[in-house]
Amino acid sequence: MTLIAETDLQSFVLLRLGDRRFAVMANQIAELVAPSRIFRFPHRTSEVEGVILRRGRIVPVCDVAEKLIGKGLKSRRFYLIAQRRYGSQTEWVALPVTGDCELINAEMTLPSDTDAPHVAGWLSHAGDVIEVLNLTALTPGPIEVPPTAAPLQSQEARP
Amino acid sequence: MRPLSPTKTPAARTEQIILFRVSGQIFAVSSASVQEVRGVDSLSGAAREMSYPGLRKVKHFVRRGENSVYVVNAAMHFGLPPAPPALVFVLRRTRTALLIDGIEKMTSMSRLQALPLAYCHEERSWYRGLTALDQTVVPVIKPDGFLTPDELFLLDASLSQEADAEARRQAERNAPDEPQDEQDTSITQ
Repeated sequence: MTLIAETDLQSFVLLRLGDRRFAVMANQIAELVAPSRIFRFPHRTSEVEGVILRRGRIVPVCDVAEKLIGKGLKSRRFYLIAQRRYGSQTEWVALPVTGDCELINAEMTLPSDTDAPHVAGWLSHAGDVIEVLNLTALTPGPIEVPPTAAPLQSQEARP
Repeated sequence: MRPLSPTKTPAARTEQIILFRVSGQIFAVSSASVQEVRGVDSLSGAAREMSYPGLRKVKHFVRRGENSVYVVNAAMHFGLPPAPPALVFVLRRTRTALLIDGIEKMTSMSRLQALPLAYCHEERSWYRGLTALDQTVVPVIKPDGFLTPDELFLLDASLSQEADAEARRQAERNAPDEPQDEQDTSITQ
């Protein structure tokens, strides 16, 4: 049985990965940017491709297509920069997408117990049923983040 | 009327770093963390071979006083293609000497950004963070991230076992020949 989450409409950004469309809650989106150079360095988190530089910030690029459509993206048109929560902290992550994004207002249906963890809900839009993505489940991160007093985002170098 | 004095902007805190290459990849290390830079050839006289099957990145060690300093192949540590190392960084306040390909340059960084939390595996112990230099991003290594305390313990134990075995062999070589039997003894007399 599914429940209607709210009767009020909410804003979502629709993104395209190959032939499929997905949605992210609009309040989690920072911006949509053209692809820029990815900087790569050795690491062991396979879901992260590298980082891009955006407005002085270093933003990890997470290709979520493999998980969502079963294959990586051969071409990418934009990076959708979203805010990903890590416990009490929020950091930007860049999601490569293959087409234009669209802002819509819709009513979200809550997920059922059988839905994958990355499904935050469902939308019905223009004849399609669209998954709303739970970025916390979809993108990599530590299982538990201990609360820290110092912000990690912009630590200054200590000579 | 006196002209306005120019406003003083506080000097940005900077940290001197060394950019170095390993298999074509650029890394940074705080210059304060590097105690010595030596050529591989100059190290070869002092370094002794060792082998611990679980840690293929360590093939040599150097005795420094009471301690052993382990020579870590940076390319193997980072999972990069092997390249012939030319230099060794002896890292301060660690027991690690790092084999690298070469030094790119010395520079300074004014900002170190923590490694994004999306990176959630071993690399969190490898890097202090990332810095943006000339529109590129360079990972800044953590000097004590090359060998964990457990790995150091295993390496120390391995050396200790080797030393014990060597001491036993030495003792056997130096031991005087014992008489074989009574008859031999009487002949010698």
